[in-house]
Amino acid sequence: MILGIPFELLPAAASATSGAVDVAVFLVFAVIGVVSLGVVAAMVYIVVRYRRRPGNLTGRGHDPATIWRTELGWCALTATVFLGLFTVGAAFFDRIERVPADADALDVAVTAKRWMWSFHHPNGRRELSQLHVPAGRVVRLHLASEDVIHSFYVPAFRLKHDVVPGWLRTAWFRATAPGTYALACAEYCGTEHAVMRADVVVMEPHAYDRWLAQGDDSRPPLAAAGRALFQRLDCGACHESHRRRRAPPLEGLYGRPVALRDGSSVIADDDYIRRSILRPDADVVADYQGGVMPTYAGLVDDDELLLLVAYIRSLADAEGVSP
Amino acid sequence: MRSWLTTTDHKRIALLYLGTMTLFFTLGGLLATVIRVELATAASDLVTAETYNRLFTLHGVIMVFFFLIPSIPTFLGNYLLPLMLGAPDLAFPRLNLASWYVFVAGGLLTLTAMVAGGLDTGWTFYTPYSTTFSDSHVVLAVLGVFLAGLSSVFTGINFIVTIHRLRAPGLTWLRLPLFVWSHYATSLILVLATPVLAMTLLLVAIERGLSIGIFDPEAGGSPLLFQHFFWFYSHPAVYIMILPGMGVVSELIPCFSRNRPFGYEFVAASSLAIAVFGFLVWGHHMFVAGQSYFASVVFSFLSFSVAVPSGVKVFSWLGTMHRGSVWLTTPMIYALGFVALFTIGGGTGLALAMLAVDVHLHDTYFVVAHFHTIMVGGMLMAYLGGLHFWWPKISGRLYSERWGRIAAYTLFIGFLLTFLPQFVLGTQGLPRRTASYPPEYQFLQALSSAGATILAVGYVLPGIYLLASLVRGRPAGDNPWGATGLEWRTSSPPPPHNFNKAPVVTEDPYDYPRAPQPTFIGAGDV
Repeated sequence: MILGIPFELLPAAASATSGAVDVAVFLVFAVIGVVSLGVVAAMVYIVVRYRRRPGNLTGRGHDPATIWRTELGWCALTATVFLGLFTVGAAFFDRIERVPADADALDVAVTAKRWMWSFHHPNGRRELSQLHVPAGRVVRLHLASEDVIHSFYVPAFRLKHDVVPGWLRTAWFRATAPGTYALACAEYCGTEHAVMRADVVVMEPHAYDRWLAQGDDSRPPLAAAGRALFQRLDCGACHESHRRRRAPPLEGLYGRPVALRDGSSVIADDDYIRRSILRPDADVVADYQGGVMPTYAGLVDDDELLLLVAYIRSLADAEGVSP
Repeated sequence: MRSWLTTTDHKRIALLYLGTMTLFFTLGGLLATVIRVELATAASDLVTAETYNRLFTLHGVIMVFFFLIPSIPTFLGNYLLPLMLGAPDLAFPRLNLASWYVFVAGGLLTLTAMVAGGLDTGWTFYTPYSTTFSDSHVVLAVLGVFLAGLSSVFTGINFIVTIHRLRAPGLTWLRLPLFVWSHYATSLILVLATPVLAMTLLLVAIERGLSIGIFDPEAGGSPLLFQHFFWFYSHPAVYIMILPGMGVVSELIPCFSRNRPFGYEFVAASSLAIAVFGFLVWGHHMFVAGQSYFASVVFSFLSFSVAVPSGVKVFSWLGTMHRGSVWLTTPMIYALGFVALFTIGGGTGLALAMLAVDVHLHDTYFVVAHFHTIMVGGMLMAYLGGLHFWWPKISGRLYSERWGRIAAYTLFIGFLLTFLPQFVLGTQGLPRRTASYPPEYQFLQALSSAGATILAVGYVLPGIYLLASLVRGRPAGDNPWGATGLEWRTSSPPPPHNFNKAPVVTEDPYDYPRAPQPTFIGAGDV
């Protein structure tokens, strides 16, 4: 509270990583405050103490040794402080970036399009402009854009991740307290950018389970829908494991490193799978031939890609025949 | 009229630039006024969201490409470099005039885009919005900016050659004024970075017309490639804007402290260090865009590195004042305002360079407040400080010192009121570039708009009393401030070829302890 007006510098922290961000924010704000006030105080002192007046019409300067000593000392001091801030920022960033591999994590497909957010839950339930999640569980967001760049920003979670068309990105959070939190698009995306907002409703786990069960049962779960699409497109003709001579098997693929023909290796994440569907020859798996699989660009849209990825993700722990 | 449009005199070309840029600045300021009035209330009620997006885009494009980047180099730099070097003109006078024509052509193209219906991509032209989705006049605006860039390459080449070739006898590199050093560093960036912007903008135009698939994901391109290209220019461009300002302040503070610059070599070297490091930090605009963790860590580290030479500058300015004879004239008030606001602006830049913190603050009002503190608080304060410092030299007249000081303090207070609330808005999580916003942010937004009215007064005042000084001002004399530097050794205003007798330099710069005392006595001063 300042002057009777409710005032909070940061929105109430509500995720597993927001505490760390807040520590970093207060640390760097303290440094900015001390340095800025210090500089202003030094200027005021100097302006008063060394003001131009009879008897002080000419500066008295400094000898070169003092200058070199203090300049180098100042460089060393600032470099040390900056190194400290950098280290703290990078260490906490690692915690935000590293997606946890929790077994009970909830995978939600997020589609951004001008100017709304839509969400697709693992059991098939879809919602628009509202995202219901349980407190205390890791929620992995699989982010896709149908048009321009958007940015998934929940200030209370201190979480922001751009949603870039042509890429599938994964972000995550673990909400700590039930409540409703604002989600805003942080990347300018056109006319109604300002109102491209949604609510993240964090519920007690049992309430979330009840909410999930109330859903429209006619929709198949995400992975099942992906499987249906997989069959409709006849992907299994090559990718089912017993015919693996033509294409790599998909069981146990998700999240693991894949050796490529050019000797490099990639992690089979959302983006890799998306890319392999749209541009199969971009990363040809070791021991396989390129030029076999046709591109599916134009045949599957962004929503359907998320379904296919969800299906392949559901095979992550399946028993595959390792090549 | 004709003699002005065909002049190759660097001083006249500088004044042509001053006039042109003042028009652009006024236009950009008017756009900002409408923006701030709109934002005083939470709803989008004064203008539609579509109009609002065009307003902030044009405000950004005009202010960045047609005011901030060219401002100090093409006006003060153009006017002063030959004078400071003891040269009759720049190395390529006709190229200098051509740069102004190209600049005006670029400005006219951009204004045409504005009149024809505007531009709504933001000044950053992010793809695929700009290439595929925007139905505004992207190609026209992009070509306008392309020409403005070409004009600044002309200026950069001219400055580099002039500094290398046209120094007066005895004016060795370590005797160069710090203003010249900072312009040398700026020119290097102009020449090396601007072609990348030109290439990028042309690719946007080609992509829009022919869909060649370099930025558009639908055609196999990468939107992030655009961001890499764009920031490879546009981050160094920040140093194009601020380095000349630092150069101005490095002239003002020694003069009004009657002291040699504290650590001349450090200040000169830090300009070059900033120019070099400035090329290596562009990725800090993309921490949440999906670049790799490793890339983000490296860019964060390099961004902190560039803060060390910036810190040297601040420390050296304070050291210069220390044990001096500090005189709070109008230019000095601007210089001190610059130091204070540059410290805040640079400090908040550290917050954004810090990875975990940037995740929260990126693309919020905190970023808006940060770069306005550097650009408006820092760069514009330096510009006005320089304008007031050299005004007697350029016009031959003294302006009203009383009004000068009132305007400088007004500007400083208006600035703090406008932009400090925006730091808080961003920390609270309000994204930038929004025509409307949730009502809980209204108080701070209204406060910011109120501050902007004070800021506007601070901008209008100098326009009035500086023009009045042309008619009513007392003659300034050759060297009213008792300043060192060759530009003060000629008449005010200088003759067509600058010096009646070619100057020879025999002493180190900034010998203030032995310099003549000022002939200018301001109200209530010694």
